[in-house]
Amino acid sequence: MSDYKIHLLVCGGTGCKASESAQVVSNLKKEIESQGLSDFAQVVTTGCFGFCEKGPIVKIIPDNTFYTQVKPADAKEIVDEHIVKGRKVEHLLYVDPDKNEKVSDSKGMNFYKKQIRIALRNCGIIDPENIGEYIARDGYEALGKVLTSMSPEEAIDVVKKSGIRGRGGAGFPTGLKWELTRQTQSDVKYVVCNADEGDPGAFMDRSILEGDPHSVLEAMAINGYCTGAGHGLIYIRAEYPLAIERLKIAIKQAREYGLLGNDILGTGFNFDVELRYGAGAFVCGEETALIHSMEGSRGEPTLKPPFPSVEGYLKKPTNVNNVETYANIPVIFNRGAAWFASIGTEKSKGTKVFALAGKVNNVGLIEVPMGITLREVIFEIGGGIKGGKKFKAVQTGGPSGGCLTEKHLDTPIDYDNLIAVGSMMGSGGMVVMDEDDCMVDVAKYFLDFTVEESCGKCSPCRIGNKRLHELLDKLTKGKGEKQDIDRLINLSNVIKDTSLCGLGQSSPNPVLATISNFRDEYEAHVFDKKCPAGVCKDLMTYSIVDENCVGCTACARACPVGAITGERKEVHFIDAALCIKCGACMEKCKFNAVIVK
Amino acid sequence: MGKVKTLDDLRKLRDELKNQTSLRDKSEHSESLVQVKVAMATCCIASGSRETMNYLADELDKRNIEAVVTQTGCMGYCYAEPTVEITLPGKEPIVFGYVDEKKADEIIEKYIKGGELVEGIIPMNYQNIDIDKK
Repeated sequence: MSDYKIHLLVCGGTGCKASESAQVVSNLKKEIESQGLSDFAQVVTTGCFGFCEKGPIVKIIPDNTFYTQVKPADAKEIVDEHIVKGRKVEHLLYVDPDKNEKVSDSKGMNFYKKQIRIALRNCGIIDPENIGEYIARDGYEALGKVLTSMSPEEAIDVVKKSGIRGRGGAGFPTGLKWELTRQTQSDVKYVVCNADEGDPGAFMDRSILEGDPHSVLEAMAINGYCTGAGHGLIYIRAEYPLAIERLKIAIKQAREYGLLGNDILGTGFNFDVELRYGAGAFVCGEETALIHSMEGSRGEPTLKPPFPSVEGYLKKPTNVNNVETYANIPVIFNRGAAWFASIGTEKSKGTKVFALAGKVNNVGLIEVPMGITLREVIFEIGGGIKGGKKFKAVQTGGPSGGCLTEKHLDTPIDYDNLIAVGSMMGSGGMVVMDEDDCMVDVAKYFLDFTVEESCGKCSPCRIGNKRLHELLDKLTKGKGEKQDIDRLINLSNVIKDTSLCGLGQSSPNPVLATISNFRDEYEAHVFDKKCPAGVCKDLMTYSIVDENCVGCTACARACPVGAITGERKEVHFIDAALCIKCGACMEKCKFNAVIVK
Repeated sequence: MGKVKTLDDLRKLRDELKNQTSLRDKSEHSESLVQVKVAMATCCIASGSRETMNYLADELDKRNIEAVVTQTGCMGYCYAEPTVEITLPGKEPIVFGYVDEKKADEIIEKYIKGGELVEGIIPMNYQNIDIDKK
């Protein structure tokens, strides 16, 4: 196996698979075989490289060549040129947008320069369906060390000293959680992995499970040893089929190797993991709702206490941690708590994975040290705003978070700083918005989501969010009244104060954050009946500037509803009553005669 | 595959498997390692450069020298194939010609291990415009 001189790593994450990466893999294999190079070059399907913007990714090792947007038809050229003759395939190389230069070595890409990969350490490097490659990179070493040389208390102490906090969003200290579960006396305890990733746009948990499933299994076993649990359960949404498949393979292989099951590594410790499927409800990311869903009941939260560490799954003490939290654990034991604690800020240690989305050049998955600034994330790693437009805001924490603006660009990102500026870490979604995004519309978008996802148990969330949504809708339709902004704020505060669980308590955050940062935009909607960003259709009118119109009829032909009239070579006219504001006429007009107000 | 029964077994297994992925780690910090580039154009392959490359990669590994062996296109010294360019950390690259297995062995033992030059160096007769380093 060691004889391969060249490794071709092909991304097999969901994003790249959707762009035919599986076909790229089989074509590469075919070409390599037909050239008689099967002993020389190895094709490996890996987890996500994070650079989803330009997928499918093919990385050639050892010269680190980074090919982007590789199509199945390119396989022959890659093998013929690069593998046989050692010449790089120029047209597939990544082009640095700042310098307009081709970058062949991935180390030279701004996207990777500021990243520190702990949770994603194996994603894009190993074959997730091969336990051997995980073991080769120190896999299960941490479990072995903990089982043979540490007491559960000592191991919990390591986690506490590392300072790691829950990566699911709330940032509860992980070591403390483990200790609380350990302290509860019970014959049976459970360890649960929360893989119910629900924030729109966040996909780090899926990528970790798809790219490095064993790291989660190993950490769950360590957790089991520490808390005194013998059963592990992974609650994963059924809409993550690839992650489920890779987890199943990983569990099977770990059992075959004796790394799950009875008497692990001859220490007498027994631990096994099973999967539980969720139907994809956002509220089931809340740990009490998640536990009810696993028990077969409705996925509704209940009041804490009792905390799951005291009374959880089947009324037994249960330790629930998020996927990304688990993925950090083996590294903490292998490299030491002090090493981990040396990364990050005073109260937030280590790194955080963010799903960078929206109007940035480099959309993808990134892992950065806590304390990095938004400016570094958006303008260096993210490569700046698409099309050279102006940065407006970034939404962190998904539908539970808030937006940060220009003035927050240099705030170091960690749990506490984000809360201090009115947002939150959340699970790590980061949606970047530019001058063309309307903040009222953005708030409405997130409310759409929470209204849909509210479980309906408590009225502030069920009714309150619906009312909030109606008010926002009114504003975007130009029917806002002058009291509406204050109504939004009042209602938001009531919902926050009176909701039962985290979903309701945080759902008005996008509304409050956009009002506090962009009140002028709200006022423009209410008083001027205008949408400054030009998004809210009901507040726009399309018209034709007489002087510019040459009567070419292009707009009239493009209009899908026949709202434009006018004779050839004469000035045209848009009937506002018929116009559906699709903008097709504006796109077609070559004379800047169609304007929108 | 039988069960891994102890931590020592696990470590043994890891060391056996290490080679599967070590190439991927090395490439991450290649500038601090010995870099070996073997010219692999049609003419080079015809002169046996693939055998040379395989030999270099295997032997460097056996002799515990941390090195990255990559292939490159035609270097232009087709009269002296197979040609190999070697960059020791912090030094200028040097090109050797007519590198068969015997020569490769000599290069490893004398130049890579001891920094001592051996016969067969091809003087660089042109300057590279280095695109990567800009």
